[in-house]
Amino acid sequence: MIVRIMGEGQWTLDDSPLVELNKLDDELLAEMESGDEDGFHRTLGALLDAVRRLGRPLPDDALEPSELILPAPDASLEEVRAMLSDDGLIPG
Amino acid sequence: MSGVMKRMGMIFRAKANKALDRAEDPRETLDYSYQKQLELLQKVRRGVADVATSRKRLELQLNQLQSQSSKLEDQGRKALALGREDLAREALSRRAALQQQVTDLETQHSTLQGEEEKLTLAAQRLQAKVDAFRTKKETIKATYTAAQAQTRIGEAFSGISEEMGDVGLAIQRAEDKTAQLQARAGALDELMASGALDDPTGIAKDDLQAELDRLSGGTDVELELQRMKAELAGGAPQQAIEGGTGQSHSQQQPQDTPRFDKQ
Repeated sequence: MIVRIMGEGQWTLDDSPLVELNKLDDELLAEMESGDEDGFHRTLGALLDAVRRLGRPLPDDALEPSELILPAPDASLEEVRAMLSDDGLIPG
Repeated sequence: MSGVMKRMGMIFRAKANKALDRAEDPRETLDYSYQKQLELLQKVRRGVADVATSRKRLELQLNQLQSQSSKLEDQGRKALALGREDLAREALSRRAALQQQVTDLETQHSTLQGEEEKLTLAAQRLQAKVDAFRTKKETIKATYTAAQAQTRIGEAFSGISEEMGDVGLAIQRAEDKTAQLQARAGALDELMASGALDDPTGIAKDDLQAELDRLSGGTDVELELQRMKAELAGGAPQQAIEGGTGQSHSQQQPQDTPRFDKQ
């Protein structure tokens, strides 16, 4: 499973730690929807750390599509919300 | 309910597929992206070359200063041997000033060297990415041509889209600029065609010159016709033209006009 952290790069992960990541990910979504900015940053930080800790970084010259994508560590709640709305991510 | 990770991934793929659908030929899009990446790489390389040039210039300056410094030291020693302590003092104080400059330049030199190493590394990483992209691009193009395997291309394309996310804005700007240049070239062509602007290549004629050329061509034909008619009628063509009255005179004039204009 390949996960991209935007602005950082890609990590390869085994399937086993996915349960832990999924829990954090669901928490993150709940905090985003309720507008809990502090909680959002805390959970995002924990999630990114987990990916970096559990995964192996992909070499720079690898060009694999990611199955999962995470916002950059310094992304704000508003930015992520905008990205998840219809006009986000890639212009056009 | 899926989390943020999955939703972002899904949106990326959906966007990439949409972008793919809209492009007339994804192969062209890929080639264009590759071109843009090459240009980016070129810019980084040029940056490396610029920094390296500055560094070399600094090294030359440093060498010069150091040889000057040792020359002053020699002079000081000679002055002292000749018993001219005042001269020796002067030489040594000049040398101290030079030494200060040398220290400053050395600091600058090491800063530049660090910069150069960083840029070189960046260029190497970018090169690796561009190479990978080219391979991927060719693979995708071949797959597309052979099997028209739309779905798989979409997936691969989404991987590239993620990579291109950062350069997306740069590409947008480049596209705007291209459109602007094209518009300008179009306007220039029109101006040149109307004769308002001179064509430095001298190939295109303005409409005025074209009309004059056409007229003078016509006159030559008329003249020729007159001559033939006179030949047929009188049998003395020279006389008919030279000795003619107002008729031949009026023919002389339009022939002069284009010749004057051509100068």
